[in-house]
Amino acid sequence: MEKNLKRFVASHVLDMPKSGIREFFAIAATMPDAISLGIGEPDFVTPWHIREAAIFALENGKTSYTENLGLRGLRNDIAEYVEKNYSVSYNPADEVMVGVGVSEVMDCVLRALVNPGDKVMYHEPCFVSYGPSIELCHGVAIPVKTRPEDGFAFNIDEVKKAWQPGCKAILINFPTNPTGGIAERSQLQELAKFVKEKDMLVISDEIYSELTYDGQHVSIASIDGMKERCVFLHGFSKAFAMTGFRIGYACAPREIIDAAMKVHQYAIMCAPIVSQEAAREALRNGKRAMLHMREQYQSRRDFIVSRFNDMGLDCHLPKGTFYAFPSVRRFGMTSMEFAKYILNEAKVAVVPGSAFGEDGEGFVRASFSTSYNNLVEAADRMEKAIKKLNV
Amino acid sequence: MASTNNIKTMQKLLKLMLDGEALSTEQMGKVLGLTKEELDAQLKELTDKGILLGWRPVINADVQRSKVHAAIELRIAPEREDGYDKLAQRVSKFDEVDSCYLMSGAYDLLLFVKADSLRDVASFVYEKLATIKGVNSTATHFFLKTYKTQGYLVNREVPNDDRLLYSP
Repeated sequence: MEKNLKRFVASHVLDMPKSGIREFFAIAATMPDAISLGIGEPDFVTPWHIREAAIFALENGKTSYTENLGLRGLRNDIAEYVEKNYSVSYNPADEVMVGVGVSEVMDCVLRALVNPGDKVMYHEPCFVSYGPSIELCHGVAIPVKTRPEDGFAFNIDEVKKAWQPGCKAILINFPTNPTGGIAERSQLQELAKFVKEKDMLVISDEIYSELTYDGQHVSIASIDGMKERCVFLHGFSKAFAMTGFRIGYACAPREIIDAAMKVHQYAIMCAPIVSQEAAREALRNGKRAMLHMREQYQSRRDFIVSRFNDMGLDCHLPKGTFYAFPSVRRFGMTSMEFAKYILNEAKVAVVPGSAFGEDGEGFVRASFSTSYNNLVEAADRMEKAIKKLNV
Repeated sequence: MASTNNIKTMQKLLKLMLDGEALSTEQMGKVLGLTKEELDAQLKELTDKGILLGWRPVINADVQRSKVHAAIELRIAPEREDGYDKLAQRVSKFDEVDSCYLMSGAYDLLLFVKADSLRDVASFVYEKLATIKGVNSTATHFFLKTYKTQGYLVNREVPNDDRLLYSP
């Protein structure tokens, strides 16, 4: 076999580090009695009425391509849903684009906006793909710190500190995976003022917005004068437990959707029609099931966060998402060392915070998107393991 | 103030029992942050108040081959002052009756009954129910097969084992 086939791989991809977490979870996968708190998706199956709509679509022979932007009916429903819940109105004809999950629409948007060398800011700790997605467009990723003492909420001073000439956009995600941090209206207003001053765009991934437990979620797109500088990203995976359907969407002014659509059209053509039909059903009739799941997450959150604090794992109360993000600093271990210790000693898998960027070091992410049974057992086992550390 | 908290805990406990998965009382105590004694006290209070009527396992009736289940519609004559209550309560007291509801529509009472055989159901109907003064007519429907009972699917969905152990 010919060696050094890597010479064919593009250098910016070759240089990109692979996530170290895979190996860690490969070990966890060999332990049949390990409880995983590593799952970044709902533990609920998609509500039946939504699955049934997908089956009905297949029965009716809905097996074709759709318009590149997505089914017109779905875009209408999305525009209506966004206006009602986020107080910002988009024209479904040319300001809404449906794609294969928020990941794909975000990639399209970035590729449509970023010239080689353009700088894009994003806050850390964050979802694993933001930095790499920017770099894959030959952009420069500029991280902004969020801090545990702020509950990982937004901090404008850190944005100002991180800003550099040439910053074109800032990518935000509130509520945040992995920290559960949120942004209050006043904080978003400060950010809005700043981006106007610096003539930047905001790309706002609001995939967890329905899973806000304390207070009301605010979209930056709804703030005065921000619709023109904002790309609103959302999808169905978290709120409606539809991860496998892979449907996300972008709402933005026509010029931006036009540009993103070019990338989407040549790369993907369109999102699967069956999933789009299911998404319509979710928007029309999914609220009750969504509220039920949210209630379940909220009560699990209250349980696991109080258990963590009781056992000496300092944990702020996440105001959204289904992740707790406790600090492990006082144990004198890196987050990877702590995660390995807990996996071996307690047979509980949590994700080292370092997976979510440098600023995640010193924390672990524990998803409470799992049954009470698992949570109660995981907490008991972790407590025993932590006691052994004698810290 | 203490009683407001108490009511909140009680509401949480009820919610956990109704909406959550099957948890042992020990696990419920942990979730709600209550000791065993505190949880028992809460359960007792719920029972005393007539909110929690009892605990029953939900059994797939088709597996219980020794039992026959039926729904019985009763038309009854309301009585002066008592309306339907007196007769409905009287009917409810039979051991064969699992549930009894006053209904709107074509008949008045709907009973769910359980007995050891078809013959037992039949004799219960014509010996006990039909002979009660005020019962005008009965219609008995036997259960053939159960698909869902008390919120539980009989053919449970197989848990998704393909879910990744870790996803970002």
